[in-house]
Amino acid sequence: MTTEDLAVPGEAAPVGRWTVGTLAEVERLGDRLVRLRLAVEDRVDHWPGQHYVVRLRAEDGYTASRSYSVASDPADPLLELMVESMPGGEVSAFLHDEARAGDRFELRGPIGGWFTWRGEETAVCVGGGTGVVPLVSMLRHARRHGLADRLRVCAVGRTFATLPYAQELLDGGAFVALTRENLGPRVAAPPYLEEIAPLVEGAGRAYVCGSVGFASYAVRLLQEAGMLTRAIRVEQFGATG
Amino acid sequence: MITRGFTGRPRRDRLPGDLGRRLPPGQYDAGDEWPVLTAEATPHLVPEQHTLTVDGAVEQPHTWTWHDLHTLPHSSYAGAIHCVTTWSRFGTTFTGVSLDELWRVVRPRPEAAYLLAHATTGYTTNLPLEDVTGEKAWVVWAADGRPLPPDHGGPLRLLVPHLYFWKSAKWVTRLELLTTDRPGFWEQNGYHDRGDPWLEQRYQGDP
Repeated sequence: MTTEDLAVPGEAAPVGRWTVGTLAEVERLGDRLVRLRLAVEDRVDHWPGQHYVVRLRAEDGYTASRSYSVASDPADPLLELMVESMPGGEVSAFLHDEARAGDRFELRGPIGGWFTWRGEETAVCVGGGTGVVPLVSMLRHARRHGLADRLRVCAVGRTFATLPYAQELLDGGAFVALTRENLGPRVAAPPYLEEIAPLVEGAGRAYVCGSVGFASYAVRLLQEAGMLTRAIRVEQFGATG
Repeated sequence: MITRGFTGRPRRDRLPGDLGRRLPPGQYDAGDEWPVLTAEATPHLVPEQHTLTVDGAVEQPHTWTWHDLHTLPHSSYAGAIHCVTTWSRFGTTFTGVSLDELWRVVRPRPEAAYLLAHATTGYTTNLPLEDVTGEKAWVVWAADGRPLPPDHGGPLRLLVPHLYFWKSAKWVTRLELLTTDRPGFWEQNGYHDRGDPWLEQRYQGDP
């Protein structure tokens, strides 16, 4: 593999500076998830797959910041984030428990030019839990541009209720694998090789997003299904708050 | 701009001992956890077949086999590492070879000013040569006395602990010395060319 394989081909991904986002809508989904929709000042439109940094600032100037993938289509007038509240998570728990419409947040983005997809190649995406968020942005983008046949999404969650965007993913043609409950005729289990293989067939690129454990599982599954290692792009989230 | 209702974790100057002084701005102590963050699938390399090449703006390019590398004087770094995703980890001991030992063999040319580190995966990262000279940077094969696991960059990774950890390229196999700076993988994707955690040089455009 050469450096060129990892380089960003052609156009560089958009980069945004620090700005301010006003929370227009906030929706708490169960105990852990919160969907935030923000009006961003001087917004630089993102590419599907990019992320933003949210920075919280206390009265004494103390700050805490974390990165969150964007869920919205670039054409959406608002920026949508789906945040999972982590136990002891300094930023995520605050956003889940405290944020309300009208709050203003320091934001920086979009950031990242690697884990992006704009339809340039047929791709297979495997996301676990909130790892589906950047894939939702890709799916929304694909549907708007009539590119849905170039994006095969496999979304993995424990239950239907705790998987972000579960219904939208199903409606958008994604394969949804639940590990703790049955879904229709499918018995609870992680995705099988036979389930992934048809999605990999003819795909030139793969995207994996999820926890470290999930990502290593998904990468192995894709490799077994015949995806070239160098064509797999990974976004992991670990011990962050 | 103050975030309504946000108070945050205990401040650095109220952390136990001298932790506050050792924690760069915007970072938190990950404790015993060592998160794994990579952009590519983890390669599984055979240590005995792994080599390290130093070339570019040097008098004498050289390739070390795994065995040859271990015949160089070993040294250790014990201390903190800082990830741009805001975790820091304290008290890890890494063992390997100081880059100064490699520079003694290849002799960087006077005009050499930057280093581009290459991993087996194609990952690259750029650093000023002065940040990797003077007992500040290593190639390491062990952490806390055990071989470096593949997901942490084993068998061999670069270690530049005074900069954000993406500069410490995993699975490093080539150190290319350059006369002009050339952005690496994350640097092309919006991250800072130097990455000093004490200056919070996280993204392009930071001071």
